[in-house]
Amino acid sequence: MIAIVDYGVGNLYSLECSFAAIGAEVCVTADPAEIRAAERIILPGVGAFEDAAAKLRASGLDRVLLAEAAAGKPLLGICLGMQLLFEKSYEFGEHEGLGLLPGVIRPIADVVPKDAKIPHMGWNSLEFPGEKHPLFRYINEGDCVYFVHSYYAADCAAVTLAVTDYGAPLTAAAGRGNVLGCQFHPEKSGDVGLAILRAFCEMKAGDLC
Amino acid sequence: MLRKRIIPCLDVRDGRVVKGTNFTDLRELASPVDLAKHYSSCGADELVFYDITASAEGRRLFTDILRETSRNVFIPLTVGGGINTVEDFDRVLKCGADKVSVNSGAIRDPALVGEAARLYGSQCVVLSVDIKRVDGVFRVYAKGGRENTGMEAIGWIRRCVDAGAGEVVVNSIDTDGVKQGFDLEMLRAVCDAVQVPVIASGGAGGISDFIELFRAIPGVDAGLAASIFHFEEVRIADLKAEMHRNGIPVRL
Repeated sequence: MIAIVDYGVGNLYSLECSFAAIGAEVCVTADPAEIRAAERIILPGVGAFEDAAAKLRASGLDRVLLAEAAAGKPLLGICLGMQLLFEKSYEFGEHEGLGLLPGVIRPIADVVPKDAKIPHMGWNSLEFPGEKHPLFRYINEGDCVYFVHSYYAADCAAVTLAVTDYGAPLTAAAGRGNVLGCQFHPEKSGDVGLAILRAFCEMKAGDLC
Repeated sequence: MLRKRIIPCLDVRDGRVVKGTNFTDLRELASPVDLAKHYSSCGADELVFYDITASAEGRRLFTDILRETSRNVFIPLTVGGGINTVEDFDRVLKCGADKVSVNSGAIRDPALVGEAARLYGSQCVVLSVDIKRVDGVFRVYAKGGRENTGMEAIGWIRRCVDAGAGEVVVNSIDTDGVKQGFDLEMLRAVCDAVQVPVIASGGAGGISDFIELFRAIPGVDAGLAASIFHFEEVRIADLKAEMHRNGIPVRL
């Protein structure tokens, strides 16, 4: 069972459908017991970092996620859910994240050319700066995925798994051990996205070192 | 580099896809879910569903279709038609829509764009504008292109983008259904005015019209069409291959 953490941000219907499409058993839940019982966890998220982080803390699910991550359970953050895995965000102020990955969230506008439209919205290709991570075992470098974001993960070279070029390289995926995140939306990235979700569902202990 | 997007548009009435010329003379077509699956497998980068139903029964059918589409199609889905309140946003977002397109609803209630952007984020709010030249001025039309609002179009678009619209669909009534190419003059004026993605709609008759569009106006992010895709006058796979051959960044 895969638990999609429902902490009150965004609609999770598409995400739920995407796991159903690859034959994975999935539940959308805010119940700590269900999250603890799941084999894998998805942390979704859209909207503002501050609001999402506050909701996660208010629900107490931040502690559940930290404990499960520490116990080695595979955790995949998606979009804002990925950003929440990092130490802090500079979106409208300075806000603490979960601190599971080293790095900070900064505005895309700081690094991309002035004429680049914000948000970075649409299909863009993946590049793997290092060895291809098992999360991408079924796809190829250069494959396109769907992005929608105005902030990006910075100062995180040590955990960067994929980048995308928007006039400047932006972190597209990050991870360390069992804690993984993708800035793009695999549930909206066609067959490539589904192949990434499938790889996540199949990850074993050896893939997560 | 972001890829230029190709977007088939499905007008849905009473559970079926329809397409007319100059916003009238609707002709019935296939099942929306089947057509959406087909387009996704052919390489469509995004889909737009417009609900052109008036009845409550038709609206229920439409949301059922959205849910069924979301179960089968995993590319971004924009939904428009009958979006007049933030409750309408909520209704279609729950069914798997990623973006919601407002047109007449924003004209009736200019606060709608701002409210929706605050609640769901700008990336979720698409402003769709039907524009027609009247005495050399771009005017905003309402009610599916039937009613001149008298508003100047570029100013209206600027105002909505300032309020939080994250993307603009420009439907040229002058070129819609004529199949002689997109309205480059109108699109250029919009691209010069705003910094958000601009989607060109109205006038595509063949592959060369898309090539001309993306070459002439680098600021255009996507091309939208309906009948030429529905009637297979243009196959999306062929179109994208030709764009690629012409050096236009495209997802293959």
